[in-house]
Amino acid sequence: MAEAAISFQGVTRRYPQKKGSGDVIALQDIWLDVPQGAVTGIIGRSGAGKSTLLRMVNGLERPSSGKVIVNGHNVGEADPAALRAIRREVGMIFQHFNLLAMRSVYDNIALPLEIAGVDSARIKPRVNELIELVGLTQQAARYPAELSGGQKQRVGIARALATNPRVLLSDEATSALDPDTTRQVLALLKDINRELGLTILLITHEMAVVRDIGTHVAVIENGQIVESGETYDVFSRPQHATTRSFLTGVTGVAVPHFIADRMTAEPRSADDETVVQITFVGPHATDPMLARLTAELGVSVNIMAGAIEEIGDKPFGSLIVGLPASRTAEARAFLEQHGLFTEVLGHVS
Amino acid sequence: MSANLIQLLWDSTLQTLYMVAIATLLGTLIGGPLGIFLATSRRGELYSSPIANTVVGLVVNAARSIPFIILAVAIIPFTRWIVGTAIGTSAAIVPLTIAVAPFIARLIESSIREVDSGLIEAARSMGATPAQIVRKVLLPEAMPSIVLGLTLAIVSLIGFTAMVGTIGGKGLGDLGIRYGYQRFMPDVMLAVVIITIVMVQIVQTLGEWIAARFDKRAPRNRGR
Repeated sequence: MAEAAISFQGVTRRYPQKKGSGDVIALQDIWLDVPQGAVTGIIGRSGAGKSTLLRMVNGLERPSSGKVIVNGHNVGEADPAALRAIRREVGMIFQHFNLLAMRSVYDNIALPLEIAGVDSARIKPRVNELIELVGLTQQAARYPAELSGGQKQRVGIARALATNPRVLLSDEATSALDPDTTRQVLALLKDINRELGLTILLITHEMAVVRDIGTHVAVIENGQIVESGETYDVFSRPQHATTRSFLTGVTGVAVPHFIADRMTAEPRSADDETVVQITFVGPHATDPMLARLTAELGVSVNIMAGAIEEIGDKPFGSLIVGLPASRTAEARAFLEQHGLFTEVLGHVS
Repeated sequence: MSANLIQLLWDSTLQTLYMVAIATLLGTLIGGPLGIFLATSRRGELYSSPIANTVVGLVVNAARSIPFIILAVAIIPFTRWIVGTAIGTSAAIVPLTIAVAPFIARLIESSIREVDSGLIEAARSMGATPAQIVRKVLLPEAMPSIVLGLTLAIVSLIGFTAMVGTIGGKGLGDLGIRYGYQRFMPDVMLAVVIITIVMVQIVQTLGEWIAARFDKRAPRNRGR
């Protein structure tokens, strides 16, 4: 893995409360490396601490203890002038765009350059280049109120890229957009990541966002990272309950309600069916394993739900099946042998 | 109405306009920075200094709670010290400015505080200094609201100028009192009232027009 663009080293953030009550702990002992050139998604529910974590990268929040290293700088200890220099190397886009309503598209994109003290002769070609990059040539003279949500976020992206940052932070950038526009904005971010080699760190509560563009993912809950790694690995073998609940509905399958309602943890008789989730990953994702299970072991398979999709350009399949309880152990061993992952979800009679 | 009286009305109108204009200018020069300070010095804001904020806030409140006519009389020694006399349009500008500056400060404060805090965060994320945030984000974004606030302040000032008329200031208020009231000339009184109404209407309309020019929030059909 390449050198980390951002490194959280034992980061804790406490918010002191009024006398009498203890501190609120927003983040607790976070260790996380964000690889250079990757798109890393931090996913968590609202209040999980992901927003605080993201804001540590450009010093909008400071750690109570621990270190945040960005492009080799310790952000938490930077003095105001050094912090401003770091911020110019870190672009940020926002859920509600945060565009200046009184400035045109052109002037919004020029703002970070004005702030950085770039002389006006050099601002113009740069802004025009950015406007072209995000496909808003026709809208350059318009004001944010005249733009659609997707167009506003494009302006936000162009503005964030103006000072040639090495890192782009995305704070729920697609959460206020409809699904079509979300896809377009994510595609743009992916292009930028590829073409400019920009490291992207995004926070979201939508697993679909991570699935579509995230090469890496970290799952955060109650101020702690409960699981992290390459997206494909985490998605195909989620270890933590929070990750699984986020994945439900994103990686296609959930146990249908009429089965879930009847499911018990332990089998009640030998005639019960065991509900098993089978995950097909990597080269095995497209193998006809269930057919072989029936042909070679004579185990009948009752398919309850399933889907195959792509995560990070790799196929990923997930099936929920019913197997005779008496043959479950044998069938699972067979499937695991062939590189599939299985998990018992429960039993139905 | 005699030509003499019409000349008097015209002169008084100009005097009122002069007092209002200069007091607005000076009041904004004093109240503007105060308003910016009040809006940005609260705890956790750009220039966080809660104690100074509270002190300035108290002074501004105190100045605003004195009825204008009392203020105008009470500061006569101060006025005389500044201008050299307590009578006339220039002398009237002193209490007018002192009355309107804290009012403008509060108006500008509230206009600035209406600016979405997300914009401040965006500017900070770009590496803006607090001064840049004030200059490039807060003031421009608050401008339509500030213009409407100043319009309100000017309308109030027109009312105040009428009151300074009673203590030796000049202008329409003075004319109304001396001719309309003391000499019982209802036609002069009526003329004063009408001119004042027209003046307020023009200021209000102009203020709203300028504010709308600044305001880019409402989508408009910009052709194509």
